[in-house]
Amino acid sequence: MEPKLQTIVERYKAGQSTLVGVLQEITQGYGYLPQEVLHETSRATEVPVSLFYSLATFYKSFRLQPIGKKHVCVCVGTACHVRGAPKVVDVLERELAVKAGDTTPDGNFTLETVNCIGACAMGPLVTVNGEYHGNMDQKKTSKLLAEVKDSL
Amino acid sequence: MKLKPEDLASLRERSAPTARVRGGTAAGEGEFHLLTCAGTGCVSNHSLKLLTTLREEVAQQGLGDRVRVVPTGCNGFCANGPIVVVKPDDTFYQFLKPEDVPELVAEHLRSGKPVQRLMYSPADGEPVIPRMHDIPFFGKQKLIALSNRGLINPEDIEEYIAVGGYQALAKALTALEPGDIISTVKDSGLRGRGGAGFPTGRKWELARAVPGDEKYIICNGDEGDPGAFMDRSIVESDPHCVLEGMAIGARAIGASQGFIYIRAEYPLALERLMRAIEQAREYGLLGEDILGTGFDFDITISKGAGAFVCGEETSLIGSLEGLLPEPRVRPPYPAQSGYQGKPTNINNVETWANVPHIINRGAAWYAGIGTATSKGTKVFSLVGKIKNTGLVEVPMGISLREIVFDIGGGIPDGKKFKAVQTGGPSGGCLPESLLDLPVDYESLSKAGSIMGSGGMIVMDEETCMVEVARYFLSFTQEESCGKCPPCREGTWHMMKILEGITQGKGQEGDIELLEKLAVLVKDTALCGLGNTAPNPVLTTIHHFRNEYEAHIRDKRCPSGVCKALIRYLILEDKCTGCMACAKNCPVACIAGERKQLHVIDQAACIKCGMCKSVCKFDAVRIQ
Repeated sequence: MEPKLQTIVERYKAGQSTLVGVLQEITQGYGYLPQEVLHETSRATEVPVSLFYSLATFYKSFRLQPIGKKHVCVCVGTACHVRGAPKVVDVLERELAVKAGDTTPDGNFTLETVNCIGACAMGPLVTVNGEYHGNMDQKKTSKLLAEVKDSL
Repeated sequence: MKLKPEDLASLRERSAPTARVRGGTAAGEGEFHLLTCAGTGCVSNHSLKLLTTLREEVAQQGLGDRVRVVPTGCNGFCANGPIVVVKPDDTFYQFLKPEDVPELVAEHLRSGKPVQRLMYSPADGEPVIPRMHDIPFFGKQKLIALSNRGLINPEDIEEYIAVGGYQALAKALTALEPGDIISTVKDSGLRGRGGAGFPTGRKWELARAVPGDEKYIICNGDEGDPGAFMDRSIVESDPHCVLEGMAIGARAIGASQGFIYIRAEYPLALERLMRAIEQAREYGLLGEDILGTGFDFDITISKGAGAFVCGEETSLIGSLEGLLPEPRVRPPYPAQSGYQGKPTNINNVETWANVPHIINRGAAWYAGIGTATSKGTKVFSLVGKIKNTGLVEVPMGISLREIVFDIGGGIPDGKKFKAVQTGGPSGGCLPESLLDLPVDYESLSKAGSIMGSGGMIVMDEETCMVEVARYFLSFTQEESCGKCPPCREGTWHMMKILEGITQGKGQEGDIELLEKLAVLVKDTALCGLGNTAPNPVLTTIHHFRNEYEAHIRDKRCPSGVCKALIRYLILEDKCTGCMACAKNCPVACIAGERKQLHVIDQAACIKCGMCKSVCKFDAVRIQ
């Protein structure tokens, strides 16, 4: 077992974290929840792997697939929605040829939506690897995507 | 340094000069504080770069000894960020860029001549309003929970202490018995700010009355309502006031451990909270033997993993325990059996933030603000199709019209107001005829909406109310935990009917069926999520039935939103043949020569709206 996983498991066994905490720590260490890691954790903690999957698929912040090099996230909170976020999602889905929630086959882009990041004054809002881009429309989105593609 | 009550007082005395500059009473003495907004909104507008530039420029112009650059939490006027407020004179600067900084520092701080071109003006051509408190956006607000917003550095506990922080805790620990604290909160009339509005003092009393040595208190910061950021702003601008409120609550109910459950989508709030807890421990304001009084209380942060249902208190407890956040049947209420089966009291961020102020200033003062049944103030995030997007705190009883038009400045681009939505996915859309409704728990509920946690989304004539209802239902449907069938199945069927209507497949009887399902889901769902999920549908049917009928009978979307029911057309008298639309059309379905009328091939058009957004001559219309 990898040392970093060992630590996570030990913290759980010592009562210092919860099952959700274990998944959050694995995500922090690996970037996502790799299948073999979940199985290994299940054996080491004697918690059924089904329970880990049940939690992992319930909460939005967990992912079972690795994330693309560029994480493009569109805020679809109500404020962004009424200001045109659906059109921004359309542009990205069309130009990346993936649906929101998926990663491009080359692993370069993961496109996701989020239900409000609380920067409503700048909506519609797109984040690329955590960097904010506000007041987006179709044209600006298309331009932003081209720039991000160039930077790869 | 573990403080005693007397140390707290002397620390405050030592910081008196800072408090005087911030309070505006040190005018003319030559010392300036530049309060620079570093909340999420302004940070996304690059205010951190501005902060560095300000510091460098102040040093370079040799003003380091009398000018302080202070990063603060959200100022509230997000639409005009990045924002700097100069104290003590209260000058408000907006839309600042690093290149504005040398002029600002030289003119205002060195020569004493404030820079007019960087100030706020209500409209083009109108004279500027130099002082922040004279700007209408701020004028009608009344700050309690947000009283330190934009005024102190949230990462420095001594600034909080300078403006009176932790005085209420000292009072609660040295001068008040738990019963006194509870009766003060009860008499103040404070009700839960998370949505349901249960009387806070009563809740504490219940938790206190349950026997047991081990009790918990929880701060619910899982602000899942899309379009709402009240709690985030409070935590980002004044984290210590939440900690102080919790410590007072812990003393009242007899808890020694607390949790703050905060959304993972709020990294800045999380960071500030962590720092605040560390500092509070260092100063002996959290942990063992607080202020030397023998009272022990500590707080652990738990990061949410992303599930709207966690806002429901029993789900949140499940999530804290590391399990699936499925709501539990109540009773037993958390006050009897909560975290790990122990008596637990949950309040949300804004509720906790009110507590220190109530203890400091007394129940009568708080109860003197607001209406007969809704006391104090409420924080709203005023967003959507509104000029002054931002965070506002208003006295209960103020009308929606005052919030939307006086504070919010009305609808931008000359568009017409259509509705205001309160309470997020659990609330409703209220039309123009209800704009004079006073904002209090009962009035909003009577109108079919709810107070909610404070999201207030303004919609204009270009917002389709059927589509908005579909949006909210798709949200609640996706976030339904799946435990009880009315919510799991009911919201799904309602969403499918709404999807059909927006796609032009609506049938006679759909409205009635939606109403029937809505009532069923409301009455039979297990928790608040399901009980309130139909509200957006019911209120839009009630107030905007004609829009539903237009979609169903005429296959027409009056607001020009629903793709299946609209066409994009280029107007002959407006098209100049500039070719912008043709060049930008992603499916190349626009034909036309330079300086000739362009035409959209309707069969190939995917209705993405790109042509309309790039046309500079307003020649693209939606039919």
